[in-house]
Amino acid sequence: MSKNAMTMTQKILAAHAGLDYVTEGQLITGNLDLVLGNDVTTPVAINEFNRLGLTKVFDKNKIAIVPDHFTPNKDIKSAEHCKLVREFAKKMEIVNYFEVGEMGIEHVLIPEKGLVISGDVVIGADSHTCTYGALGAFSTGVGSTDMAVGMATGKAWFKVPEAIKFELTGKFKKWVSGKDLILHIIGMIGVDGALYKSMEFTGEGVKSLSIDERFTVSNMAIEAGAKNGIFPVDDVTLNYIKGRTEREPKIFVADEDAKYSAVYNIDLGDIKSTVSFPHLPDNTRTIDKVGDVTIDQVVIGSCTNGRMEDLRIAASILKDKKVKKGIRVIILPGTQKIFLQAMEEGLAKIFVEAGAVFSTPTCGPCLGGHMGILAKGERAISTTNRNFVGRMGHPESEVYLASPAVAAASALAGKIISPEEV
Amino acid sequence: MDAKGKVLRYGDNIDTDVIIPARYLNSSDPKELAKHCMEDLDVNFLEKLNKGDIVVADKNFGCGSSREHAPICIKAAGVSCVIAKSFARIFYRNSINIGFPILECEDAVNDAKNGHELQVDFKTGIIKNITLGKEYKAQPFPEFMIKIIENDGLINCVEKGLF
Repeated sequence: MSKNAMTMTQKILAAHAGLDYVTEGQLITGNLDLVLGNDVTTPVAINEFNRLGLTKVFDKNKIAIVPDHFTPNKDIKSAEHCKLVREFAKKMEIVNYFEVGEMGIEHVLIPEKGLVISGDVVIGADSHTCTYGALGAFSTGVGSTDMAVGMATGKAWFKVPEAIKFELTGKFKKWVSGKDLILHIIGMIGVDGALYKSMEFTGEGVKSLSIDERFTVSNMAIEAGAKNGIFPVDDVTLNYIKGRTEREPKIFVADEDAKYSAVYNIDLGDIKSTVSFPHLPDNTRTIDKVGDVTIDQVVIGSCTNGRMEDLRIAASILKDKKVKKGIRVIILPGTQKIFLQAMEEGLAKIFVEAGAVFSTPTCGPCLGGHMGILAKGERAISTTNRNFVGRMGHPESEVYLASPAVAAASALAGKIISPEEV
Repeated sequence: MDAKGKVLRYGDNIDTDVIIPARYLNSSDPKELAKHCMEDLDVNFLEKLNKGDIVVADKNFGCGSSREHAPICIKAAGVSCVIAKSFARIFYRNSINIGFPILECEDAVNDAKNGHELQVDFKTGIIKNITLGKEYKAQPFPEFMIKIIENDGLINCVEKGLF
């Protein structure tokens, strides 16, 4: 191992800190390409930002604010938060503020708008900011104070992480997708299995993963405690970025002799549909070991699985069928663009005819905000990312995490089943 | 800079959804948030808590969401510090950034039981379990983080030109 070998993440961080070399544990200050916030975290950031007495943000083009959690405003307090955020965005002339009607779930919207590309360093006051690792960017969730300081200075402090390498080979079997891969990994390494670390996904298996699947995998890196989850840049990445921005992607490649704290070899062909049982994402079981779990609600959407491919898979299962009588099925496209495309492709019609609701984009039910809260004792299967106690409503309700295919199949059966059984 | 108080002891993977449930995140007022601190984990938390008490937990404390509301509400409720075997990284940096002290010390956590009296010196990282008459040394903070905590948060550091 050469002395200066770095992981992909370390190379991006070094470049943004103006250093030739960084090593694990080193504290650095990095320049930011984008600072992100939502309607829950931005109000706290604004309070902190205002303490600095500044009249301007560091760069009005490099901040994005997406009110997506409790929007369209769920109650008066949320409306007041959104108003505060809206007025701040206007006063600071923030270019990338997205109002209801043009917004989407932030981590689906930001890449769609071309606001993050390969090689960027992005912080977001939302834990699922790690999603953009799918594009070969370093992106990580932070808190509101980091957002405030990022808006003021364009900088953030980072402790350089070490990395775990996931060497992927093979291809998924039918109905198995990126969601099953990441649930499998979290089940294997645990909810703190990658604490403070990068998860770097490599190997020839990567090329068989669509960009939507890569977003899903990177999105849930935080559920293993990781700082970021990153993919190498290939034609799939570059084709996605093309036409969305005038900026040039920067490609960083891990050194062959980079040091990893662990290496896992995963044959995608071995992965089965996987479900996380309450109340932690690492409490996983493969679909054949689920047993008899009846459900009250199905949620398909979120920053994890609210993209076109997710909706197409769900529609292919629900087409010309009816959801089980008495089961509430809520389908949320990730952005307005996806909403429109789902209409044009006839997916919206399939969902409504099957007896599901097809809603405007919102984080809503994923975090127990609105648009599908669970009562005491109720169970939901959901394509979202967390199943903590009380996550989707009453502290005595339960959330089971799964892929869009498993969620859609379960909607027809009223209990958790494999799409193969439909 | 030190703290003294009795232990409120919890387990592994205490997530931010139970520290401050999202149904209360339509407020950003620390006092309002503090009223619901740890509500979904322990409904009696606020009754048990005396100002200055210390939350002690096992591994991965504060996992989940990036909501700074979590350390904000713990601080505003009157907890003087959190000691755990490990912290989720966003909770860790949020605590540092708001100047709320947290310490990682496996041995102190293993011995601590509900009601034990602890004394913590943040500068040296020395934790004393007065009830047991034992002393432990936590992972010391790097200088950079001590600077943030001593200035009561990152914003003050920016204001003073220290960042």
